[in-house]
Amino acid sequence: MHLTKKEKNMLEGCEGRGIQRAMEVLSALGKIYNAERLIPVESVQVSGVSFKNLGDAGLEFLEDWAETGVKARVKAFLNPAGMDLMDWRKLGFPEKFAVKQLRLIDVFKGMGLEPQCTCTPYLAGNKPELGEHVAWSESSAVSYANSVLGARTNRESSISALSSALTGLTPEYGLHLDVNRRADYVVDVRPSIRSASDYSALGYMVGKRVGGRIPYFRGLFNPSPDQLKSLGAAMAASGSVAMYHVENVTPEANPDSIKKDTPVLEIEDLAEGYRELNSKTRVIDLVSIGCPHASMEELEEISSLLEGEKVKTALWITTSRYVKQKAEGSGLLDRIQDSGAVVVSDTCMVVAPVEELGFKSMATDSGKMAFYVPSHCGLRVRFGSLRQCINSALSGRWEP
Amino acid sequence: MGALKEYRARVIRNGFAEGIALKSEEPVSFFGCVNPETGVVVEKGHPLEGESIKDRILVFPEGKGSTVGSYSLYRMKKNNTAPRAIINRLCEPIVAVGAIISDIPCVDNIDISKINSGDRIVIREGYVFVDKDG
Repeated sequence: MHLTKKEKNMLEGCEGRGIQRAMEVLSALGKIYNAERLIPVESVQVSGVSFKNLGDAGLEFLEDWAETGVKARVKAFLNPAGMDLMDWRKLGFPEKFAVKQLRLIDVFKGMGLEPQCTCTPYLAGNKPELGEHVAWSESSAVSYANSVLGARTNRESSISALSSALTGLTPEYGLHLDVNRRADYVVDVRPSIRSASDYSALGYMVGKRVGGRIPYFRGLFNPSPDQLKSLGAAMAASGSVAMYHVENVTPEANPDSIKKDTPVLEIEDLAEGYRELNSKTRVIDLVSIGCPHASMEELEEISSLLEGEKVKTALWITTSRYVKQKAEGSGLLDRIQDSGAVVVSDTCMVVAPVEELGFKSMATDSGKMAFYVPSHCGLRVRFGSLRQCINSALSGRWEP
Repeated sequence: MGALKEYRARVIRNGFAEGIALKSEEPVSFFGCVNPETGVVVEKGHPLEGESIKDRILVFPEGKGSTVGSYSLYRMKKNNTAPRAIINRLCEPIVAVGAIISDIPCVDNIDISKINSGDRIVIREGYVFVDKDG
């Protein structure tokens, strides 16, 4: 890989040990993926923020790195942490966990990263433009940036994204290059797909089939940005899809963006998705909405479903602090919370220690959540439409 | 040193290392597969189950599993339970990043069928020297 004189100096340690380490990481990745050079990125999003995932090893490593005095050189956001950074006590998060989690956030802040802990940076003041190069690591955000916004990012790891934050650079390979952004799978969708949970079920089924390839969807009509958010998140969970095209919708979708001799997958119905993401539990003790983090539009929809109602079981709606503050300003937050529902920010139920909070079963409208929670948190899950989830919060039971 | 062979490799993390090879035909994950306190492989059914990777030259085709594995390797280095060096057929990012942040010499692009557990190995300047006589 070709390095400029300045980059060589960084790699040789002229700007300190911390920068040297970041350059070692980026140049090794460049070598592995045959990148020709490093390119500047406009923004970074760093995963590996929950203490539940990082553990003491990660905390120790990050504290050592921060001690070298390194600072982020571009706008850098964080992925969800393991708890709401302000309301954790009220929500019942264990003190022992909270202490470590807050220490981790302090380390990131010390390195100049913004404590915006969200999987939807694009809804929280960092929306890249068409063609912009970024280095993001949250898989659903990577998918949204590449597919819906037409920005360019690979699926970064926690450490490679942090290295990009500290240097402002990333190796130019994979989805940064035109040639790698073409579809190598066509998906023909027969049924009419309406709700976010339909898009989730579809994403789950397609991700399983296509693995890490780039699907090109035909037969989807006018999906909303929120529905595409659900689709991409599910595909990035059951598969490792970092980019997709939707005919007549996403900015880089056109007949030329399909490679030759591409296999075609036909989706006749969504039964398989709904079946495999559902357990048989009837009792629900936590309803989780907002995976990926809810938008203002989704909060509005939730608010109208909850109007005049009181929840019987815990209903947690996760969103970014940015959106929560906007909702607070407009009175939307109060309208939702009058029902007894709680709007939680900075975290998500996939990376929070939900099993330690005493919950045994969950209902969600997110395919990604339904995919991860049984293995990551050991809860039994019900997956269905937003209306079904809200109804189960009002009755405490899952009604098919 | 009658059976000394040398092989050119690609350097992922530079550095000198010398030690005895421990080889796995299967991919290795440092997260969940190895106990970071002891360096012993604990993954059920793994070909190295029960073996300690501490201070060995660890030879395996490629990494697998969670990206948290990079941090696990760092933890092992601090606990003095890490391997002295890593040789892969094809290094993937979890192992590469783990080796870099832990200052563990790491090379790849080498025919690992030429190395067996128990061989004496020296890694230097992108060359792997294999001594079959131990």
